Amino acid sequence: MFKILRKTARTGLVTIGYPRAPALMPESFRGAPRFAFSAWRDARPAAAACPTGAISIRESGDGSHSGGAEGTRQVTVDYGLCIFCGECAEADADGAVRMTREFELAARDRRDLAVTAEYLLDASGTQVELTNLHQADRAADAPPEKLERTVRERIRSVLGRSLAIREVDAGSCNGCEVEIAALTNPVYDLERLGIHFVASPRHADMLLVTGPVTRNMELALAKTYRAAPDPKVVVAVGACGISGGIFGRNYAIVGGVDQVVPVDVYVPGCPPRPHALLYGILLAVGRIAQKGLPQ
Amino acid sequence: MKSGKFDQIRRDSVGLLENWREGRVEIYADLPDSGIRPVMSTLMQSGCRIAAVFAEDRTGPEQRYYLYYVFEHPEDQRYLLARAPVSTANPVFPSLSAELPSLNWHEREIQDWFGLVAEGHPNPRRVALHDNWPDVHPLRKDFSIDTLLPPFEGERHVYRPTLGEGVFQIPVGPVHAGIIEPGHFSFAVAGEPILYLQLRMFYVHKGIEKRFEQLPVNHAVYLAESISGDSSFSHGTAFCQAIEAAAGAEIPGRARRMRTILLELERIHNHTGDIGAIATDVGFVIANAHASRLRELILGLNEELTGSRLLRGMVCAGGVRRDWTRDQILRCLEVLNLFEREFSDLMLLIDASDSTRDRLERTGVLRPDKAADLGIVGVGGRASGVDRDVRRDHPYAAYDSVSFAVPVYEDGDVLRRMQVRVDEVRESLAIIRAVASDLPAGPYRVLLPPVPADACAFSAVEGWRGEIFHWIRMGAGNRLERCKIKDPSFNNWPALVEAVQGNIVPDFPVINKSFNLSYSGTDR
Ligand code: SF4
Repeated sequence: MFKILRKTARTGLVTIGYPRAPALMPESFRGAPRFAFSAWRDARPAAAACPTGAISIRESGDGSHSGGAEGTRQVTVDYGLCIFCGECAEADADGAVRMTREFELAARDRRDLAVTAEYLLDASGTQVELTNLHQADRAADAPPEKLERTVRERIRSVLGRSLAIREVDAGSCNGCEVEIAALTNPVYDLERLGIHFVASPRHADMLLVTGPVTRNMELALAKTYRAAPDPKVVVAVGACGISGGIFGRNYAIVGGVDQVVPVDVYVPGCPPRPHALLYGILLAVGRIAQKGLPQ
Repeated sequence: MKSGKFDQIRRDSVGLLENWREGRVEIYADLPDSGIRPVMSTLMQSGCRIAAVFAEDRTGPEQRYYLYYVFEHPEDQRYLLARAPVSTANPVFPSLSAELPSLNWHEREIQDWFGLVAEGHPNPRRVALHDNWPDVHPLRKDFSIDTLLPPFEGERHVYRPTLGEGVFQIPVGPVHAGIIEPGHFSFAVAGEPILYLQLRMFYVHKGIEKRFEQLPVNHAVYLAESISGDSSFSHGTAFCQAIEAAAGAEIPGRARRMRTILLELERIHNHTGDIGAIATDVGFVIANAHASRLRELILGLNEELTGSRLLRGMVCAGGVRRDWTRDQILRCLEVLNLFEREFSDLMLLIDASDSTRDRLERTGVLRPDKAADLGIVGVGGRASGVDRDVRRDHPYAAYDSVSFAVPVYEDGDVLRRMQVRVDEVRESLAIIRAVASDLPAGPYRVLLPPVPADACAFSAVEGWRGEIFHWIRMGAGNRLERCKIKDPSFNNWPALVEAVQGNIVPDFPVINKSFNLSYSGTDR
């Protein structure tokens, strides 16, 4: 017993201050890529290098770029698919794509994670002019924002600052679980924020769900959701939980978590580092504000 | 270099192992149409171990399927892949599971995924497809990966009945109580002791082997990193080694050594996490607080060295994607010195706790003879007398240039499985120091030539759980025609079933933790 206490005393305090204090991370940490859309000359190499299809291209006009006719190119970057691998930045010759150390990317709406740039092309297929830069319109079929807010407020009033989370692995590779489990270690110490993991969905206010949701977990996820008492929030974790990630959708995979249960917050990353998870969890219960994509 | 035992076996089995072809770490030989049976006794009597059997659909170009039986022998550094044809007209192969229980799931997976029948299998039920799936065989070439299967009506699996007075059943999962992967455990218990455990896996089957067939090589590396998320670097390396072998390329010495360092860091952080988790499951939470803090130290170091806490995005076919500065290497050694001191403190705490030892000793015993019969690999095997380690037996990366001990124990209980991890962490530290002190200057990556279509290659890595292998056949345009993945977990689940018998239910979590198998690696 004495040895244990001595070790504890010698170790001292190791817990980080985030989110109150800024997150400290090494120079080499790879966060989200940033795209200098107005300076971007050619999105094709980056799109070809991207293993997940997070950078996608649609062209109109003369696709061959050889006949001299101008065309247009629509480039969509979807952070909901991105695994932060850095291939795009390596492939982009003129440095319009850079990796950043940005990790606070979690968003309330799936569409907040994607941005589309439209370009005019010259004969060689070079992007000569950025004509439009926009995010998908939320107004058209947006979820009832007001209802969403009411629920969040109700949750806050019911829960105060305490939050019980049930983690559900609906098909992940276990990478996200490593980082989620890390939230409970003395460095991140989730409990200092009144947040803890519980063993049953019946005790949970929040489901923290990793994916991609497999066909074999579809039913179990739906049942777990039903088992959690209302009001409840769902956070989809990681590229795979958001969109299916590198696995995509196939005979064995339904896709992202929102294909099966309604999702309140999406947390990008592969896997999201513990700070990013924390940010997403706090965003879901309205204790922190959404920052938006890297500018 | 060990003597070529397989050459001798070949001489002893005239006409049964034909068309001998040497790969980088493997030998291919063709079996006659009658299959594996005639040569099986020769192979097993000469002391071979069968590591796996897997299948390939070649109905397009060759109008047949192939089965590959993977063997290794302590007196040969190569693997032997004996290939048997299976005709499309009569898609049947002889089951060996009755004599070799280690092949039980391998053969059933082939049944499920390829629709080939394992004739004479003692338990031919589905394993890799759940019972509510329609009659499909996803790894057949005529099955499209995008096939939309009808909605499932829930699991209809029939478990072995639990009968008798005072005997009852405890169903657990697929959603578990902890932050772990999903699977279903059905315990039959008589009061506290567990009579037997039945497993239902493949809840996280993601069609990964099929998905490989869609991706170009450079993208497929990222898929390999996501086979089993805590083993990203090991699976990534296994995959890249296979591609490099198929391309006939050698990677630079610096890259070999950098890979070795990262492979060992992966072992250290996972083993440390497991040591803490084992302590937690017997109520020693403070030990886990220290262990998880130490794991965090290594995850941070991983990030400094690769940009990713789980070592992702670093390995590539041809070497590694980024170089290290002198400062990064010094920093690595500095962190490891700190880690080592703290790790010793942690082990002093654990060793001083009699109650912890009490709970771990003679708990969850896997006897050496059982471990050998079931083909158990890795940590679980070495704690039960199975003296095998890919790093030593089939060296890759820079393992031929360092010497290290492979810890082996006979008692096969939770305590020994923890001890194997403790010993291995210490060996890993020594390996990293040796390799880092001798890191040659020069390139860290070579550009691979396009890999020729139809080139095949086998590659093995000792992941922190045990033996990983990948086998690939290239297709046209730098794409994969087939990628077979074997995670050590696939071999080792039967060890858990064996080890829990007769133990009390409250000890199940710690026994399970002491194996800590990968569901995603198993289910793919
Ligand atoms: S960092 Fe993201 S966008 Fe860039 S290549 Fe990787 S997955 Fe694609």
